[in-house]
Amino acid sequence: MTALRAAKTNNEADNPSSPVLRFGADKPLKLDAGTLLSPFQIAYQTYGTLNDARSNAILVCHALTGDQHVASTNPVTGKPGWWEVLIGPGRIIDTNRFFVICSNVIGGCLGSTGPASTNPATGKPYGLDLPIITIRDMVRAQLMLVDHFGIEKLFCVLGGSMGGMQVLEWASCYSERVFSALPIATGARHSSQNIAFHEVGRQAVMADPDWHGGKYFEHGKRPEKGLAVARMAAHITYLSEAALHRKFGRNLQDREALTFGFDADFQIESYLRHQGMTFVDRFDANSYLYMTRSMDYFDLAADHGGRLADAFAGTKTRFCLVSFTSDWLFPTEESRSIVHALNAAGASVSFVEIDTDRGHDAFLLDEPELFAAINGFIGSAARARGLSA
Amino acid sequence: MSVNRAQRVDLEVVAGLIPPLSRVLDVGSGDGLLLELLQETKQVDGRGLELSQRGVNECVARGLSVIQGDADTDLEFYPDKGFDFVVLSQTLQATRNPKLVLDELLRIGNRAIVSFPNFGHWRVRLSLFFKGRMPVTEDLPYSWYDTPNIHFCTIRDFVNLVEELGASVEKATALDGNGQKIGLSMPWWFWNFFGQQAVFLLKR
Repeated sequence: MTALRAAKTNNEADNPSSPVLRFGADKPLKLDAGTLLSPFQIAYQTYGTLNDARSNAILVCHALTGDQHVASTNPVTGKPGWWEVLIGPGRIIDTNRFFVICSNVIGGCLGSTGPASTNPATGKPYGLDLPIITIRDMVRAQLMLVDHFGIEKLFCVLGGSMGGMQVLEWASCYSERVFSALPIATGARHSSQNIAFHEVGRQAVMADPDWHGGKYFEHGKRPEKGLAVARMAAHITYLSEAALHRKFGRNLQDREALTFGFDADFQIESYLRHQGMTFVDRFDANSYLYMTRSMDYFDLAADHGGRLADAFAGTKTRFCLVSFTSDWLFPTEESRSIVHALNAAGASVSFVEIDTDRGHDAFLLDEPELFAAINGFIGSAARARGLSA
Repeated sequence: MSVNRAQRVDLEVVAGLIPPLSRVLDVGSGDGLLLELLQETKQVDGRGLELSQRGVNECVARGLSVIQGDADTDLEFYPDKGFDFVVLSQTLQATRNPKLVLDELLRIGNRAIVSFPNFGHWRVRLSLFFKGRMPVTEDLPYSWYDTPNIHFCTIRDFVNLVEELGASVEKATALDGNGQKIGLSMPWWFWNFFGQQAVFLLKR
């Protein structure tokens, strides 16, 4: 089963089961690393219908291990889209009303060019020969997709975590193309602690002998153990201590007493192992390295002389930021500093902090207050944009 | 939140000072009543700053552009003259540093609108004079030990502060206990005695 899924993931890299837009030598992607990526491709999904004025498009940016299957069944896992609680017909982001676009980021592993994609120069997977990808590179590629649809101005760009970083980059680089922006549970830079956690994950992957310097496909292997450990460590950061304790406490896993060994005695251990093992079925290890690196490199203020407000100078975009009280990966202060910068730039900004113990992952969950805020923000933005209900 | 008559009149007086399509920052926007009133009747570009997170979340859910923040600490992030009007409605007396807050309002807005309960009102004076007690009234329902209102002032005190900050009063309105406007021809001492609420339009 695992092997089958693994093969499927690999296949998704070059020939995804979603629509794909291919750019030839005439349209290279300019990378922050200083090189051009060409040819390259973007795999995407759309939901709903673009109106005649092309004014009802919403771009959803996915997080670290997300993908383009935001509101439809994931072809690898068979599970529902990762944000189906929010997006779909009759949902808060109603696909009967809006045209929703979600693309796999560059560097990803579900169909947009990434380290698992075939390098046309060698006929083998890129592996580490792919240049480092930045958040801005991802956004540049998304812009080419948006241009492909002939959309002059996106009605809204939204996303959480790494998706929120892309939203901020969009609003900063292409503010005239963004009517409203909804960055959730994110920051304008990756903190030292966040980089530290990512480094632990990367080292776990690279310490796995099956990694083979990134050329594991050529050896018919995959660094599953290392990637699983990386996922286990990261997963802890997505939850809060309170939620972990509420869910698992010190409960034992299918046993009456401690076994005095290193088996998964505790439910939390069993849970994390499961999270790690299911993750390796759907994600490429090298892609995990690239994704984490893109977040580490993100520092919007640094790109603007150290002053975050300058990243948004003169913006007309309407903003709404959301943070969660128990998110220790992107604590409220990170959002608040963006809000202050937007204030300084004279931007229209709303900011909601939601009281929950569900940690960073709260943005993916059914959080009524989150939905109420998104609903209110999208609704008023739609009125301002002249979109009928 | 229920709105008593005096608050409602206060909102209407404030709204009456703001021309259509203005850029407005409402500091201490509460549950967004003023912003909503201004958006509906004046089509303003309105923003709010509110201390209570619950108030903020409710405002945003209703489509208002509001952020959580503290008038005492968060006004510094706004640029000079970023708004046509900055409103501080019934909040000045609850700030830790009213002078600094007022100074910030005058910096951020081309004009500032400030409304506050007048501690020089005759009922207040009567309570202190005859009962020897801090006043507890319909408009000021708190006891001294649990009141959020830590910096009361009278209309005269306020006018002095405005002068000290180098600002001028463009318009002033006092409301009596029935929410009626007190005639403009009346002298300051009369306002200070009979005005229960005061609304000032300031410029610097």
